[in-house]
Formats: sequence, C-alpha cells, structure tokens
Amino acid sequence: MTQVKAAMAGTVFTVNVAEGEEVQAGQVIIVLESMKMEIPVETEIGGKVTSVNVQVGDFVNEEDVLAVIGE
Amino acid sequence: MTNMTEQTVYNEKLNERLEKVLSGGHPKYHEKLKEQNKLFVRDRLKLLFDDGKYMEDGRFANCEADDLPADGVVTAMGQVNGQTVCVMANDSTVKAGSWGSRTVEKIIRIQEIAEKNRVPMLYLVDSAGARITDQLEMFPNRRGAGRIFHNQVRLSGFIPQICLLFGPSAAGGAYIPAFCDIVIMVEGNASMYLGSPRMAEKVIGEKVTLEEMGGARMHCSVSGCGDVLVESEEQAISEARRYLGFFPANFTEKPSVIDAVAAKTGRSLEEIIPENQNAPFDMYEAINALIDADSFFDIKKLFAPELITGLARIEGQPVGIVANQPKVKGGVLFVDSADKAAKFITLCDAFSIPLLFLADVPGFMIGTKVERDGIIRHGAKLIMAMSSATVPKISVVVRKAYGAGLYAMAGPAFEPDVCIALPTAQIAVMGPEAAVNAVYSNKIEAIEDPKEKIAFVQAKHKEYKEEIDIYKMASELIIDEIIAPSDLRSVLADRFRFYSTKELPLPPKKHPVYPV
Repeated sequence: MTQVKAAMAGTVFTVNVAEGEEVQAGQVIIVLESMKMEIPVETEIGGKVTSVNVQVGDFVNEEDVLAVIGE
Repeated sequence: MTNMTEQTVYNEKLNERLEKVLSGGHPKYHEKLKEQNKLFVRDRLKLLFDDGKYMEDGRFANCEADDLPADGVVTAMGQVNGQTVCVMANDSTVKAGSWGSRTVEKIIRIQEIAEKNRVPMLYLVDSAGARITDQLEMFPNRRGAGRIFHNQVRLSGFIPQICLLFGPSAAGGAYIPAFCDIVIMVEGNASMYLGSPRMAEKVIGEKVTLEEMGGARMHCSVSGCGDVLVESEEQAISEARRYLGFFPANFTEKPSVIDAVAAKTGRSLEEIIPENQNAPFDMYEAINALIDADSFFDIKKLFAPELITGLARIEGQPVGIVANQPKVKGGVLFVDSADKAAKFITLCDAFSIPLLFLADVPGFMIGTKVERDGIIRHGAKLIMAMSSATVPKISVVVRKAYGAGLYAMAGPAFEPDVCIALPTAQIAVMGPEAAVNAVYSNKIEAIEDPKEKIAFVQAKHKEYKEEIDIYKMASELIIDEIIAPSDLRSVLADRFRFYSTKELPLPPKKHPVYPV
C-alpha cells in the first residue's frame, strides 16, 4: 500500500482515476490547482487504486493523503 | 665503506617506516573497506590528482605510536585538471578515521597552506569524530578541532572549499561539510549527524536507523545538507573534478572560459514552452536548449526541485543558472527553494561566476503552513543574496514572473545587467485570474445572470492582459529587450561576453545584517 500525498496546499482540480482502476508508475492520477498553476500528482508505483480520498473542489493541505495504491 | 653501510641502514629504516605509514591501518580494516565498496584513502587520492601524483606533509605524524600511521589523515598538495589544490583525507583504517591531536594539527596546517597559496581546499571525509582518549589535546584549545571550522569560515568565499563525503561525518565533524561550498555524498556509505542513532536512543529515546536520520539520500533530498548524491566513490571524485573546472583558484581570479560546444539537439524553446500560462513544462529541457551540450552541473537536484540551481557553460563561458521548475509544485517558491537559491547565488558571486535567472514563477507560496515556516524570512534571504550579488546578472522572463517572484528572480529593480522577456512573457503583481478576483470579487458576486457574469469576467481579463502586455512593458522601459526564443542562446552568449568586464563597487560597510 502506498499513499499518494499532496506536495503542496491547493484545491483538487481533476481526479483522473477511480477506485479499483489499474495505474502505472509515473501516471498522473490527480491534478491540483494551487497558486493558479496546475500541479500534476503522479503515483510513484503502479498497482490498483485502493481508495481515492478527495473530490474535485476539495481543499487539501501539504502531506494530505489523496489516494492509496495497492500492489 | 663504513659510510655506505650506515647510509644503507638509515635508508632501510626510512623505507621500513614509510611502508608502515603508506599501508595505513591493520589489514582487517582494509578488508572492511572492500566489503563496504570503499577505497583506501591513498587510492582515493590517486584517482583525484592528475596522474595520481601528490606531495604530502606530516606523513610520519604519530609514527612512534604503533598503530596510528599518519595519525589517520593524509594532507596532500597536487594538481586537479592542471589546477593546484590542497586536500585533507581521513583514513578510516586508522582508528575509524578519528581525530587525535596530530590529526587536527595536520588539517589546520593544510588549511593554512591553502590560504597562503590561495588555492582550493578539498575535504575527503570518512571519520568517526573525535578520539575521546585524546580530548584534552585535540578538542578545546586554540589549535584544537574548533580551529578547523574557524579556518573554514575564514576561507569561505576566499578559495573554493569542497567536501567529498565517503563515510560518516559525526558530531562536531559534521560541521566540515556544513562550511563547505558543496557536499558530494556517496549513497549508502556517507552520513552526517550530530548524535548517532545509538546516542539518540539513549538520550532522547528515539529509535531510528542511520540511513533515516543522517543518510546520504536524506541529506540530499530532505535536509539540504548534501548537494550531490552519487553511487560510488569513483563517481564522487569525477564529479568533484568536473565541479572544480568551473572555478578559479581563488576569489581574485576569474573562472576560465573554454571552447564553445553546440547545444544538445532537441525540441526548440517554442516547442517546449506551452502557451497556457498555467500548464507545466520541464525547465531542464529549456535549459538544455540554451547551454553547451552536457555542461550542466546540477546542485541540490533532489532538494526543493521546484527550483533548479546549477553550473553550466554557454559558448564556453561559465554561468550559474537559477531557474523555476514549473513541472514541480508549479515552480512556486517555498522556504527550501529560497534557501537553496540563496546559497547558490552566494557561491557564484563569491567566485565571479555570472548568473542567469530563468523566471517562470507564480510567486512565493502562501498559506498557513509556509507562513509558520517563516517564508518571509527565507524569501528575504534569497532576495538579499540575489540583490547583493555583483557578478553579471541576466534575468529572463521565460513565461511569467508574478509578485515577489519577479523580485526573487532578479527583476528590473534589482539591477540585472539586462532584463529580457520572451514574447509570451507576463509580468505582474499577480496573474489575470487572481487579479480580477481580487479587484472585482464583490462586483462579480453581485451579477446574478451567469452569462453576464462570465462576460464581465472575460472583459476584465482582457483589460488586465492589455495592461500587462509585454510590449507595453518594453515601451515603458520596464524590460530592456524582447527576444525570439530561437535567438536566446546566442543573445545570452553575446551578453555574458560583453558583461565580463563588469565592476560594481558596493557602498563601504562591514557586512549586511543577514535575514537568516
């Protein structure tokens, strides 16, 4: 299980994956908007998305867990 | 005949003593080195110096003791890329490279030699720290270990100081890397810590591994105490040689200009930089389009990667590059990125390496987290370093420079020698969306019809964009020049050549009051 965390504070702009979906390492799974910039969030590992913890429009803080990827 | 025999006896004694000195510690410790993929100190030096040749002082230090050859440190002088340097190198086969009184005296003396001869000083560190049994002789006095750090501070900015960390650098010894211009760390073997994990468990009750607490990767990516992470000792030495090639022997000299090399072939700047101001792109690709192929020396690549700092060459001329990286955290400036840039700018300015700022920055980060971390104080550190740098400074607004981001990236008020914009560049207190929201939020909310609301916002965006139009900026002499991306490399090369005679005296005073 690997947690994908927010690198900085911002708002969830898009959620590109759904729970149960297979993802590849390096894939952009969520895009945040912060300081008027799009901040792509990549998963470091490939696997199945176990949970997506945020919705479009949510405010997230640095280090908040956005999603969890299982092996 | 008698004379010859006596001579032979003397020579034999010398050879015998020398052999003992040159072979280092007990063979079992040499075995340990091999297990750890480490090189013996004298083999490190052979790799570092041109043709493996060096001179040495104090070889016979502590030779009356049986097991302390050279007292655990080699102090050497020789050439690297044809440039004279001084080196101190711990021998971890001798009492784990720990410091006795002669070890410390030797290190102090080689620093003094570097100062007198105005040549770079390299520290090849692999040491367990103080030899507790010798503390009275090596720790507290005027020429005790503290003097090493005092000398480092004296030498800082006078000559380049480089640390290659091959093993531990423990307790007080951890300040050797801290006072160097750059720290190269070997992954898996190098570490820095004030208190070992064993001490942390005893004194504060924390259970932690050495790698987590003071390992090379941690220091190069989290603490920022390390600058370059390498896989092997050979790579550490070749990187140190490459780094030295950018520097003069001391602050009175200028770095050498070498033959120009063409830029790496790849996509053009027009193709790399997206039109959409908010979309990310990879600044490394843009840097590669501007510099001589394979000349980039990345400093703190893994630490605060939203800002890139590194040495490079443009048509053979050395430059220090400070560039926002929109691909990471939108290129926004944070506490660590400000800190990283401040040290790098100070380094380049100290040794006459001109600076190139590539701005694509939405500003400094805002929010509770960074305010509590002291982003204003850290931002001030960056702005002070940039502002007081007197080397040639070229500021290029690649795509946008908003708010204090413009200031941090050597905007017009900070006396860059020239402020250049690409035709797509935007300069403003804030981006159009944020600005329109800030000024008209009450009015926008009051409009009930959604279509009317959108039309109003769009009209205001248009107005704002006209206000910050880059040609208007050039017309008002805010920026000095607008350049087509395809011409930027040759323009930078010409400009840096022109500014190479720049002299900018600062008002006389002792030193500024640093906002650290």
